[in-house]
Amino acid sequence: MQEKNLSFNNFEQCIKCTICTAYCPVVAVNPLYPGPKQAGPDGERLRLKNKFFFDENLKYCMNCKRCEVACPSGVKIADLIHSARRRFSRNIPDLRDRLLANTDLLGKVARPVAPVVNSIVSSKPVKAVMDVMMDIDKARAFPKYQRKGFVRWFKKEAADNQEAYSKKVVFFHGCSTEFQHPEVGKAFVRVMNAIGFGVKLVDEECCGVAMISNGLWNQARRHAEHNTRVFREVVTGEGLPVVAVSSTCAFTMRDEYPDVLDVDNSDVRDSITLAEKFIFEKVDSGEVRLAFKDDYRARIAYHCPCHNEKLGWGIFTKALVGMIPGVSLTILDSHCCGMAGTYGFKKENYKYSQEIGRPLFEQIRSLSPDFVCCECETCKWQIEMSTGYMVLNPIVILAEALDLEATAVANSVR
Amino acid sequence: MRSDTIIIGGGLSSLVCGIKLQKAGQRCLIVSAGQNALHFSSGAFGLLGKLPDGTAVKEPMRSLSFLPEEHPYSKIGVDKMAGYVSETPAFFESCGVRLHSAPIAGEGGFPANGYRLTPLGSLKPAWLAMEDVTLLQSKDNIPWSKALIVNFFGFLDFNSGFIAEGLSRRGVDCRVETVSIGDVENLRKNPTEMRSVGIARVMGKENNWKEFGSKVRKLSAGEDLVILPEVFGLGDPVIIQWLREMIPAEVMFVGTMPPSVPGIRTQMRLKKAFEVAGGTFLSGDTAVNPTVEDGYVTSIHTTNLGSISLDADNYVLASGHLFGKGLESTPSKVVEPVFGLDTDFPSDRKTWCDEDFFARQAYDGYGVVCDGSFRPFIGGKSVRNLFVIGSEVGGCDSLYEGSGAGVAIMTAMSVAGNILSGK
Ligand SMILES: Cc1cc2nc3c(=O)[nH]c(=O)nc-3n(C[C@H](O)[C@H](O)[C@H](O)COP(=O)(O)OP(=O)(O)OC[C@H]3O[C@@H](n4cnc5c(N)ncnc54)[C@H](O)[C@@H]3O)c2cc1C
Ligand code: SF4
Ligand code: SF4
Repeated sequence: MQEKNLSFNNFEQCIKCTICTAYCPVVAVNPLYPGPKQAGPDGERLRLKNKFFFDENLKYCMNCKRCEVACPSGVKIADLIHSARRRFSRNIPDLRDRLLANTDLLGKVARPVAPVVNSIVSSKPVKAVMDVMMDIDKARAFPKYQRKGFVRWFKKEAADNQEAYSKKVVFFHGCSTEFQHPEVGKAFVRVMNAIGFGVKLVDEECCGVAMISNGLWNQARRHAEHNTRVFREVVTGEGLPVVAVSSTCAFTMRDEYPDVLDVDNSDVRDSITLAEKFIFEKVDSGEVRLAFKDDYRARIAYHCPCHNEKLGWGIFTKALVGMIPGVSLTILDSHCCGMAGTYGFKKENYKYSQEIGRPLFEQIRSLSPDFVCCECETCKWQIEMSTGYMVLNPIVILAEALDLEATAVANSVR
Repeated sequence: MRSDTIIIGGGLSSLVCGIKLQKAGQRCLIVSAGQNALHFSSGAFGLLGKLPDGTAVKEPMRSLSFLPEEHPYSKIGVDKMAGYVSETPAFFESCGVRLHSAPIAGEGGFPANGYRLTPLGSLKPAWLAMEDVTLLQSKDNIPWSKALIVNFFGFLDFNSGFIAEGLSRRGVDCRVETVSIGDVENLRKNPTEMRSVGIARVMGKENNWKEFGSKVRKLSAGEDLVILPEVFGLGDPVIIQWLREMIPAEVMFVGTMPPSVPGIRTQMRLKKAFEVAGGTFLSGDTAVNPTVEDGYVTSIHTTNLGSISLDADNYVLASGHLFGKGLESTPSKVVEPVFGLDTDFPSDRKTWCDEDFFARQAYDGYGVVCDGSFRPFIGGKSVRNLFVIGSEVGGCDSLYEGSGAGVAIMTAMSVAGNILSGK
């Protein structure tokens, strides 16, 4: 009798219940998408016989993983879908997809001329051209590129002080911290220093999530191999954790590297973490103390990004933000914002992307919080554009709400 | 990370227990690996439809004394059962789930079983039903002589033919019609995924259910009874009410193939009630690696949280039967995979199942061995702060008895009560 599954993605465990499809945000709005059951385990049975059965419409999957969270049989549905795309898709990514996939390259090119690029990509005629020529939807607001990146700031303002800390973490800042939101990285360094940890940067490359969704498999794999190698040196060599501020980066580097890209990261996976999880664990074990400002007040709504739902780490953000004395925190219903990285940028997805996010936007508007808290930068872009409410990474909220001096004293830093 | 109580599993029993504890002031954490049996629900809850020997039950509370002593209901005892049974409708109402019982109550005001129409056209006993489902008073007498069964064009998960056949055998004159609605037609671009929930989403839009309602009204002239698939009111069951008002005949909704629309609605509302009460629900996470010392559980871990240990005063195991993966079968054993609790099954594997798929299956009756307070054993030794609830509890074959939801709710209420009273 066969006792164990033959496949690592559990596809023969599927009981055909269609629960995955019931929870897929794309099926609910886009009739072209075959849905997780058909695209995943059902399709896999056919594809294993003949690759002719591969369906290019699998590209509509946002890789939000909600199907996997819901499946009662533990089938890794989205992994099946994206590894099928990697193995069988004959679609050659066009200029637009390449451009969107290369979040880091795009940033490097855009930065020296940031003010120009920002005003160009937000100008009406250019948006119209992007819309027609590149299928990037003209209604889409582009995130602003910052002229001075995080790394440059770090080297100039922070790097020298870091040696003074006996305990250290490696910071994976990710593309958005470097190019669009350096304030997130600065907040991270301030908080880490206050709780007694020095910050070390390594030669990181983009985690590759946008390359995976845009079908740039070889490039994604190279990034995965590079990052895993770099992490290996600090994790196994120096025993340091790798801490990210974007749940999508953390999720991709832990789970997509082995499951979709076939890159073995088993020796470093458990050391890749998210800032909120890292801090919570230290606070929970008593190793770290937090001292908050007396006068911080905010009404915050928390949106847990899909990839953090999948990681299951939203509870750490809830716990940490919930600890701040003057905060009233509302947890938004579990709902995809519809952005899914570069998905919502594309003209063919824009309408669906807005429709998927609608219930979330309506809930935010009805709550009318001071701002929204979220660990993912592309959710941030989508929510800010669609609701007008500001979205802050939890580390930024913490840096703002903590009395950093008193925290440093409480942790015997000074 | 500390909680007062940690519950493993996220189905009906877990949520009832979690809501009770949370509302009583405890801090609860639910770890739920995937969706659960509510997604397969008929839209009705069973308390007791049959005794283990096959005798049909009309009034469950009056039949309790015929149950064997290892049955979960016997462990709870008649008095407490009476309290929980009376409390159930109001409890669910407070969570946004409206349930109704059969039209006429039994002795002492306790419920008498009503009968729901199944997708196979037969009648099955039920205790409480969600808004979609109609409960009939008798299983022998259908008070209508003519029925119209309406399906959506191309929807394969609602077999109107089976229902017509079953009803015709009971002397009801049946007619079958299909209706096309533009937005539902759109779903057919993807024939394999034209499923109950997809239609329910489309039917949530006002223009769609109104169009459907008026088409059915036209078709139903002169009919006594109209039968529709359970694909309405996923978000808000008020649509069910509105359709009933629009159509002059009696309207009955009958189950489709899974996923169950009333079941998902109930699950979403219970989960929301738990979270609104302040509980933490970890979706898509699996409980692993517990530590048990001197007969007490001191911590558990989960796949997603890795090295973080979760501790609590009490732990509740609500991880379901073989179907929910709360129990697993190997070639020689039935095991409870999280704690390795003692289970009850015969050693001769040949007796586990009947090759006739539709026959009663012995394995449905296997479960975790518990004491009178639903505390389990490891290697014969009692675990003092762990409780087992729901379909995982041994001592009954709830599929056969028609007591699935009843066992889930009763054991959940009983264990919540024990935890709160510190017993
Ligand atoms: C197909 C089907 C249809 C049914 N229909 C009806 C009906 O119409 N009416 C009725 O009264 N009864 C019905 N029942 C009976 C049903 O079992 C009960 O009604 C009830 O829903 C059981 O709830 P539960 O909480 O015990 O378990 P389940 O609903 O099975 O939930 C168990 C949960 O535990 C999770 N889990 C398992 N292992 C772990 C772990 N290690 N860590 C974390 N989570 C874990 C599972 O993922 C699942 O979410 C049906 C049962 C089945 C199987
Ligand atoms: S939810 Fe899981 S078991 Fe059900 S159809 Fe989807 S993949 Fe299969
Ligand atoms: S990953 Fe998200 S979009 Fe893709 S099939 Fe699953 S639920 Fe649907």
